[in-house]
Amino acid sequence: MADAKVIPFDDDRSRARRRPARADGEAAAVRALPGPQQGPEEPEGGREGPDGLPGAWGGREAGTGTRAEHEAEVAFGTSSEGGAEEGAGAGGWERRLAGGLAFLRRRITGDYEVDEFGYDEELTDQVLMSLLRPLYEKYFRVEVKGVENIPAEGGALIVANHSGTVPLDGLMMQVAVHDHHPAGRHLRLLAADLVFVLPIVNELARKAGHTLACAEDAERLLRAGEIVGVMPEGFKGIGKPFGERYKLQRFGRGGFVSTALRAGVPIVPCSIVGAEEIYPMIGNARTVARVLGFPYFPLTPTFPWLGPVGALPLPTKWTIQFGEPIPTDSYAPEAAEDPMLMFNLTDQVREQIQHTLYKLLVQRRSVFF
Amino acid sequence: MGKVVLVTGAARHLGGRFVRRIQRDPEVERVVAVDAVAPAHQLGAAEFVRADIRRPEIAKILAEHDVDTVVHLDVTGTALGGGGRTSVKETNVIGTMQLLGACQKSPRISRLVIKSSTSVYGSAPRDPAVFTETTSAKSLPSGGFAKDAVEVEGYVRGFARRRPDVAVCVLRFANILGPRIDSPLAEYLALPVLPTVLGYDPRLQFVHEDDVIDVLRLAAHEPRRATQNSGTFNVAGDGVLLLSQCARRLGRPTVPVLLPAVTWVGTALRTVGITDFAPEQIRLLTHGRVVSTVQTREVLGFSPRYSTAETFADFVRGRGPGLLPPEMLAGAVDRLAGRLAPAAAAPDAVAPGAAASPGAPVHPVHPVHDGA
Repeated sequence: MADAKVIPFDDDRSRARRRPARADGEAAAVRALPGPQQGPEEPEGGREGPDGLPGAWGGREAGTGTRAEHEAEVAFGTSSEGGAEEGAGAGGWERRLAGGLAFLRRRITGDYEVDEFGYDEELTDQVLMSLLRPLYEKYFRVEVKGVENIPAEGGALIVANHSGTVPLDGLMMQVAVHDHHPAGRHLRLLAADLVFVLPIVNELARKAGHTLACAEDAERLLRAGEIVGVMPEGFKGIGKPFGERYKLQRFGRGGFVSTALRAGVPIVPCSIVGAEEIYPMIGNARTVARVLGFPYFPLTPTFPWLGPVGALPLPTKWTIQFGEPIPTDSYAPEAAEDPMLMFNLTDQVREQIQHTLYKLLVQRRSVFF
Repeated sequence: MGKVVLVTGAARHLGGRFVRRIQRDPEVERVVAVDAVAPAHQLGAAEFVRADIRRPEIAKILAEHDVDTVVHLDVTGTALGGGGRTSVKETNVIGTMQLLGACQKSPRISRLVIKSSTSVYGSAPRDPAVFTETTSAKSLPSGGFAKDAVEVEGYVRGFARRRPDVAVCVLRFANILGPRIDSPLAEYLALPVLPTVLGYDPRLQFVHEDDVIDVLRLAAHEPRRATQNSGTFNVAGDGVLLLSQCARRLGRPTVPVLLPAVTWVGTALRTVGITDFAPEQIRLLTHGRVVSTVQTREVLGFSPRYSTAETFADFVRGRGPGLLPPEMLAGAVDRLAGRLAPAAAAPDAVAPGAAASPGAPVHPVHPVHDGA
């Protein structure tokens, strides 16, 4: 029903992609995510390829064995050696306990490291991601596509649409990269300044590797070879009324393009479907927002009327698609000063995201399944 | 011909150490140590002149001793031996103005080194995560030592414009720590229970006092080959520590306090004279501050010997154990591990954090069988 205003671009792309992916393909898909075996045609191709596509994740209900394995691996938190051929025996339990105690020991004695942005990799891997994962896997049932478009090494700037009243889409994108990228890359998100003003939120954001959305921080991270995620729509995107869902807002002033150009990293467009409907914002209490110092104060059919229960997001089904990278290294360094080129590139990125959004919406069967 | 170095703020711990160290350098002929109060420590062969830099007599001292290098260390946050905030501010700002005025008049001056602080960047949530020397503060410090430092740097920039022949080096130090240093932050960390701001975990950087002495010497001498020692440089140890991490390594429990109440706690602590909780101190402990030291490395050619973590470890060694020493907590966890999972605990104790080791309890079985 939410697909009402969709203009189908690629009509011939079938809606038939819902058939569950084959179970036998699962193990391979989850364990060793496909590297470069996929052709360069990703954003155009309908995504129903049953082989290596990470989209195969969508059919994970089929293979429970794989899931257990996957979970065991996840519980051991990314330590590359952790994925040994351990089942769910007593040894696994003891290992888990020992790992947990060693973790506890390091935490309470302060024996861990953070980077200059305050990113606490260990805490993020072991705790924060584990807290977000149920939301990601069970609640929103996120399907990730095209994760191989994120380079395995070196910097890249992921540009995504922003929606959902509460920035859950950024967090889900972080889990998607963290859990699915074959090279185990970590996404460093650029967050609005409001995040760093709020107590507790700022502490968690810094520890999860987020930093302030400003050119200095973005460039520093990109030059250090990190994957940086940015949502250039900002509050305009996340706080737009429900009626304007999936319509991309202005992409800021295009500063992200010049930052990527200066750092010489590719831009990876990313389209997120499903986040728009988690909190259908039907109204905006401007006075309350002004009093609290927020850019908007959402009114949804349930919030604030039902109190805390009304603050629960709707359990929509999400799809996160990473598009084909747009290289920037062919431009001369002074190109970052060329406003016309910046506008063109910004538009190109924006168009590509919008286009993919429409395509994903056409393929979507329902908002919740 | 040897240099004549004038050092202000010699009665302080850092000033005293620098005076003792610089006179051992071969290119230095004489050292003149200046402060308003007599130092409690030895100054070696240096000549101590008791003078208040807030008065014009400092010009006479410069002329009398044929001083060619001035190292101005008397820019500090706390008064030495009593005296309120007003006298500290006067020494910082008026003292610097007098000193710079005297330097401007003296034709022999060829080098000026100023001790400043990274607090000139302020601490605000809307600042970039890492400050470089060229970053302008989003929110200028509104008062306290940070504002003094901003003003001092302003006067120094004016002086550098008027006397382009003088090499001026402004060193912005992160929080200086060491086994014997006494700064407001060290005093804070010495509290048995650390009040922190609820919901904020600031990133902190420290620089070791040994490194401070070394970089001051580097700046006071002729630049080494392929380096340049005039300009503004951030000096800080590598790496970052969070306040929560500091508290754990120090073994001191923390008490999170709501931000509005922090000011009251700070005032209360100051009233009973335990520590000086200036507003800028609270802002540092709320939002933290990290600076880039690339310029210092590449232009000044100085790499600190101590990282932030090592500096802090050295500081911890100099202090008594806290209420919750990390060794005790680690021991408690190890005992718990021993009780819960004897098999798993053994490799854990040998190599904590090595993810490969938990596999050990399974494997030793096989070699035994093989051998038998």
